[in-house]
Amino acid sequence: MSAQGQWEIVIGLETHTQLSTVSKIFSGASTAFGAAPNTQASAVDVALPGVLPVANKGAVERAIRFGIAIGGVINRRSVFARKNYFYPDLPKGYQISQYELPVVQGGSLSIFTKDGEKTVQLTRAHLEEDAGKSLHEDFHGMSGIDLNRAGTPLLEIVTEPDMRSSEEAVAYAKALHGLVRWIGICDGNMQEGSFRCDANVSVRRFGGPLGTRREIKNLNSFRFLQQAIDYEARWQIATLEDGGTIQQATVLFDPDKGETRAMRTKEDAHDYRYFPDPDLPPLVVSEAWIERVKGELPELPQARRERYQRELGLSAYDAGVLTASREMADYFEQVANGCGDAKLAANWIMGEVSAWLNRLGFVSDTPIADCPIDAATLVQLLKRIQDGTLSGKMAKEVFADIWNQPLQSQGDTVDAIIDKRGLKQLSDAGAIEKIVDEVLTANARSVDEFRAGKDKAFNALVGQVMRASKGRANPAQVNDILKKKLSA
Amino acid sequence: MFQASLKALSAALAAKQISSVELTRGLLERVARHSALNAFITVDAQKSLAQAAAADARIARGEAAPLTGIPIAHKDIFCAKGWLTTCASKMLSNFTAPYDAHVIERFNAAGAVILGKTNMDEFAMGSSNETSYYGAVKNPWNPDYVPGGSSGGSAAAVAARLAPAATATDTGGSIRQPAALTGITGIKPTYGVVSRYGMIAFASSLDQGGVMARSAEDAAMVLGAMSGFDTRDATSLERPAEDYTRELGAPLKGLRIGVPREYFGEGLSADVGAAVDAALAQFEKLGAKRVAISLANSALSVPAYYVIAPAEASSNLSRFDGVRFGHRAAEYGDLAELYCRSRAEGFGAEVKRRILIGTYVLSHGYYDAYYLKAQRIRRLIAQDYAEAFKVCDLVLGPTSPSVAFRIGAKAADPVQMYLNDIYTIAANLAGLPAMSIPCGFGAGGLPVGLHIVGNYFAEAKMLGAAHQYQQATDWHAQTPKGFEA
Repeated sequence: MSAQGQWEIVIGLETHTQLSTVSKIFSGASTAFGAAPNTQASAVDVALPGVLPVANKGAVERAIRFGIAIGGVINRRSVFARKNYFYPDLPKGYQISQYELPVVQGGSLSIFTKDGEKTVQLTRAHLEEDAGKSLHEDFHGMSGIDLNRAGTPLLEIVTEPDMRSSEEAVAYAKALHGLVRWIGICDGNMQEGSFRCDANVSVRRFGGPLGTRREIKNLNSFRFLQQAIDYEARWQIATLEDGGTIQQATVLFDPDKGETRAMRTKEDAHDYRYFPDPDLPPLVVSEAWIERVKGELPELPQARRERYQRELGLSAYDAGVLTASREMADYFEQVANGCGDAKLAANWIMGEVSAWLNRLGFVSDTPIADCPIDAATLVQLLKRIQDGTLSGKMAKEVFADIWNQPLQSQGDTVDAIIDKRGLKQLSDAGAIEKIVDEVLTANARSVDEFRAGKDKAFNALVGQVMRASKGRANPAQVNDILKKKLSA
Repeated sequence: MFQASLKALSAALAAKQISSVELTRGLLERVARHSALNAFITVDAQKSLAQAAAADARIARGEAAPLTGIPIAHKDIFCAKGWLTTCASKMLSNFTAPYDAHVIERFNAAGAVILGKTNMDEFAMGSSNETSYYGAVKNPWNPDYVPGGSSGGSAAAVAARLAPAATATDTGGSIRQPAALTGITGIKPTYGVVSRYGMIAFASSLDQGGVMARSAEDAAMVLGAMSGFDTRDATSLERPAEDYTRELGAPLKGLRIGVPREYFGEGLSADVGAAVDAALAQFEKLGAKRVAISLANSALSVPAYYVIAPAEASSNLSRFDGVRFGHRAAEYGDLAELYCRSRAEGFGAEVKRRILIGTYVLSHGYYDAYYLKAQRIRRLIAQDYAEAFKVCDLVLGPTSPSVAFRIGAKAADPVQMYLNDIYTIAANLAGLPAMSIPCGFGAGGLPVGLHIVGNYFAEAKMLGAAHQYQQATDWHAQTPKGFEA
């Protein structure tokens, strides 16, 4: 939803990305998802008396990787702080996070919407531990606590309030999602909670001061993110237009009702009593460590985007879409290299491939991974367009065929399917000429009209020829031959 | 046997003149005989004797380490697997530790025997051992007097010869002050030398484990066994293992002892002052050189400490919420009530007071004025010592402003109680090693302690100086009446 009338929507996002370490951020327990409750909670995670946290180097290294990828500042010295509050799934009575001195500050991320490219500035990214899970059903009036997730490493990535529509917010979330997976710091699995967004939303009259924000918590799908922001912005605008005011609050989005509702207001906000955690010395990151991480980073999306534009002649938009995820970019490069025509590859991936993925409602975070047509197969198909065997229209039919019944199961090649379906384009000039002759004879009136100056009649004749060839005639050749015959 | 030094016991065990089972049984009987001291919260003869038997077998195999077979009493703040570990609080009165603290692991690996878990102030908050849920500990020199705190049980046990040595912890003086008040030797090493893993936290940036023993020589042996790097404590220092006995024979000649003028002014009782003066003279007689120094910010140490320690404690003690372990109220209507009642019932008054102070100083709007300012003072105090160590090797003075006081005498006045630690707190704020050794007797025939502070990692030097003093004096060899045999 874009701005409504005189109102401007202002959005900032805080994203919790679960870092892909094998063990937790302050203990040696496993982070694997789905284990039986409390089987992956060590003495440290349960916060037994006397236990102490020790920072996981792998988690720190992932934060460094992120900081480099977004062009932020990696603080050579950052500080773990305690955020104090009581909750049964927070075993220590405080969460270890970073407060005044986060590991990463600044940086930015480019996003692409229908309005073009935009840069979202990042405020900071800090390391922290996740809490456990409270389960309120199935315990006969009691609550169950599962501490498997307690201590899971998170990187909380905070933006400036730079986004102006839910589309932009979703574009940012998708770009960030693509990036954290691209650099291998997060598996991006949104169903399992590995990537969750909090959206700070406010509205203001254009040119006016920033409005009061409400924070929508824990949005774990791009669709919910969009719906929640849209609902929230509409609600705020309606409230203000009715003469009401917005109270700063934390709200939850109910996906079933499509509504946000207040969880707590500023008045009952916690005083978290942050202070540096005395159990953990300041986190010191050396220059050498940063350099090593830098050297191990893959080519980043921004670099690839620029390369696609510079070397392959793609538009900024196309380059942006094709680098949304590393899988997508790799798929594109394989197809482009295989067929030798980057623009053809881009058109097909952004056209047919994306359309089919969307149509079939793939909700995965990396749709291309769900594409049943691998890059090599798509290359075979595109080559048949290039050599004139297939028209674009025919190629789409073959594509649909392979999509519905993947080649492996058909035990076939693309060429065999073209043969089997008789879809081979008629490119034999003699055969086409024969059809053209028949059509010209049978449609003398159209011929006369054309000669009288009615250009439309030409198209009618082309149509007749295509029909007569059951759509198989090479349209370019049909055009040529028709023109030649009519001008003879 | 109960008067024998740890070193002598070690030799006797190695020579099979005595078995660990005999020694352990004898000490357990002694602990039972003197149960009126209330020095122990938990004894478990079966467990202790099983360890003793294993130690004897190890000695028989010829695989003994110096501490193999030696019974050690442990402050009930150290988690020991299978042992009730209460921190002297109702909150943990039902808590059996499922794991060993690093310190306990070290003693177990050395083949030492856990003699029992000693009484203490609740969560180590106190200077008299009166805040224990398990009742006050009596000073062996006079049962109407406090043994000091928070490690009062360990101090009383060692002073009464119930154990050759005991572990303890020191956050603001909790090893040194009770050592002084019971006439024994206690050392708190440099922050980070002893792992805090499994040592129930009071104030993480100040807490440090250490030893209480009857002599500097014994303390050096035990400290060597319990210290060392631990990957599970991020504040543990990665340094090569040290032999803390290596300077025991070093003569005092040329040693520069710094005497801070601030420690001999108002507040110091005359009897303690006299004993300390005599001790300083003895050091000079042994060849040490006295240097007048100033610790200008020392008056700020108590207020800074009573901001930082409660702040950390308020957060450290949040895990005691009645949810996963420890005391839970029998009745509660909702979550808030579960928390409130469990904590109201589980914690004693002094713990609650410190949680309240700590919560207050960390609150929004007060943090800068209290916590940040206290941290700045902390740096100034460390700087004072850094300056002092440019002109002297050790800083000497009184450990406590007075000898032991009557049970109940200061219980109603927290500020008076807090001033007990006026000379000891600075070492915790600066992270410096510090110890107390007996140096005479004051009013009522109660012991006086001499405080020795060294530069970082100067434990061996401090222990050496203390040992030289103990070679020339016999204050450390005095036994309270009724505990001689």
